[in-house]
Amino acid sequence: MAVREAEPVGSLQEVKEAGLDREDLLGIYRHMLITRGIEERGHILYKQGKIPGSFYTGRGNEAAAVGVGTAMGPNDVGTPLHRDMGVHITRGVEPWRIFAQYMGREGGPTRGRDGNVHMAVPELGLHPMVSHLPAMLPVAAGMALAFKIRGDHRVAVGWFGEGAAARGDAHESMNMAGVRQLPIVFVCDNNQWAYSTPTYLSYPVEHIADRAAAYGFDGVVVDGTDVLAVFREARRAIEKAREGGGPTVLECLTLRMEGHAVHDDAFYVPKEMFEQWAAQDPIERYRSWLHDHAGMSDDEEGDITSSVKRLLNDALERAEESLLPDPAGLVDGVFASPEDLDTPHHK
Amino acid sequence: MPELTYIQAISEGLRQEMRRDQRVFVLGEDVGVYGGAFKVTLGFQEEFGPWRVIDTPLSETAIVGGATGSALMGLRPVAEMQFADFISCAWDQLVTVAAKQHFRGSTPVPIVVRLPSGGGFSGGPFHSQNPESSFAHIPGLKIVCPSTPHDAKGLLASAIEDPNPVLYFEHKHLYRRIKGEVPEERYTIPFGEARVAREGDDAVVVTWGAMVHTALEAASELANDGTEVEILDLRTLIPWDRERVLESVRRCSKVLVLHEDTRTGGFGAEIAATIAEDAFEHLDAPVKRVAAPDTPVPFSPVLEKAYIPQVEDVTGALRELAEY
Repeated sequence: MAVREAEPVGSLQEVKEAGLDREDLLGIYRHMLITRGIEERGHILYKQGKIPGSFYTGRGNEAAAVGVGTAMGPNDVGTPLHRDMGVHITRGVEPWRIFAQYMGREGGPTRGRDGNVHMAVPELGLHPMVSHLPAMLPVAAGMALAFKIRGDHRVAVGWFGEGAAARGDAHESMNMAGVRQLPIVFVCDNNQWAYSTPTYLSYPVEHIADRAAAYGFDGVVVDGTDVLAVFREARRAIEKAREGGGPTVLECLTLRMEGHAVHDDAFYVPKEMFEQWAAQDPIERYRSWLHDHAGMSDDEEGDITSSVKRLLNDALERAEESLLPDPAGLVDGVFASPEDLDTPHHK
Repeated sequence: MPELTYIQAISEGLRQEMRRDQRVFVLGEDVGVYGGAFKVTLGFQEEFGPWRVIDTPLSETAIVGGATGSALMGLRPVAEMQFADFISCAWDQLVTVAAKQHFRGSTPVPIVVRLPSGGGFSGGPFHSQNPESSFAHIPGLKIVCPSTPHDAKGLLASAIEDPNPVLYFEHKHLYRRIKGEVPEERYTIPFGEARVAREGDDAVVVTWGAMVHTALEAASELANDGTEVEILDLRTLIPWDRERVLESVRRCSKVLVLHEDTRTGGFGAEIAATIAEDAFEHLDAPVKRVAAPDTPVPFSPVLEKAYIPQVEDVTGALRELAEY
């Protein structure tokens, strides 16, 4: 079972066959702009001293995140990571809540109990990551196990990086998912740098997806800057899992276009590498494609750009109005109460 | 009322929960065809099928992570560690993910991890431990340590019903050694309520798990000398029944904290500190602790006997208290 290297997406016809209409295509562009816009504003907030702790972004990963997020079905679930803001956006989280999360406010999904992209809105089918990567893969496999036990036609998506692929959690969850043919897609955000560690010091084979063969399922490598190719491959893998075809490793190859976090200037990444990948910036690449293949007009583009700008301005304002959490409530919620189980996703 | 062994009560209780609630399922190593290393789930796969009694690969991380994920999707997993000792392989899934998920993500994680624990049969350093204190230090985990067949069944039902991650420590040395009356119908036992295993006013022993039985034997001996010792079986460590312990301390004025786990940083230290903070003026003697020494659990029977607190260690400590 050799790994398959996915072809880029070409014509509008191909895209339509993959299940996207023109409105979807513009929606994807909008989600990518919101994703980048939130993280760019996050940098400003950080410099203004409004974000405590550190700050992480997924610049360069917008297409990979939005592509997979778009391919998920409404009842599918996932555990996106710190480079996957686009998944949260695609699933419909309100941007003001993300700014509130960054700033440790009550309005963020974790209500100030955790920071950065350590958040998720369970009602949208997402569950918050932890720092110990890839500890959410076994959890995602457990979600898929629940679907398999119940016979639900739902799929779990678990994200991991090429760095965290070295840890045992990746092995245990993939092995169990392979043994039980669970409805799960393992998405590898391969941005080529695990903090300062390059791929050749992280794994000794050509692709992370090569490992899929060892677990008895398919591995696919896709250009993570090509949002439509990511979408097509993610949709294939997700629908295959839904129909009982078992797991897939989908490896999205990108470059982390910033440091590991805001404090890191990524001096260890060769300048030529940044230049080469900047030339295939996922948003710019998709913008050109929309002009060339989907007839996006300058007016349409302008409308999308300005509506995103307004959305984020309003979001930021609302987030700054969100209260700081009350320290008197600190010890609340360490334990759940029986009534906390009374939510749709626990049924 | 039927008389069951401790292990039969666990097995019975689990079967009853699985019959009444389709969401409850079991996963672990060798739990299906083999019925579990200790046979708690013997016959379960025939009754409930291979997708509710799941034989997993040798993967503690995937077992506990899998339990967490399936709980987030609405199931009620009961994961088995073949031995409590192996929970170290799943530490991250319990401590990093399950314990913190509700605090940060507002999503309950209703999982039960069954942990056959404790020594007394030359299991050696990796099949004999009582790691409950390590987890008592982690906010977000509940800890249950039944000592009788009755409590084993009732606390298991409560653990499965609880919306939080619950570590259910079942003491291997009690499995077939302890028998008792167990109601056939379903019942639960609230967490955080200590049980008076023996009444007395001269001193109180605060303990849990297999040490309850060691303490009972010691108390019978002391009774021959005319010293009446109360034995409080905590039953659950998180939450623990502070008020009941303090009430006994105020009444008896002398207290021995007893556990099979090692001494330094053991949960007994927390109990002793609480007594010192909140009932100091009621004490007629310093709080005493009897616990295992700070070593790994040794293999050779003579060494293991020196490691696990014995009846004579407890009687010795109680006599010192009585004479103080």
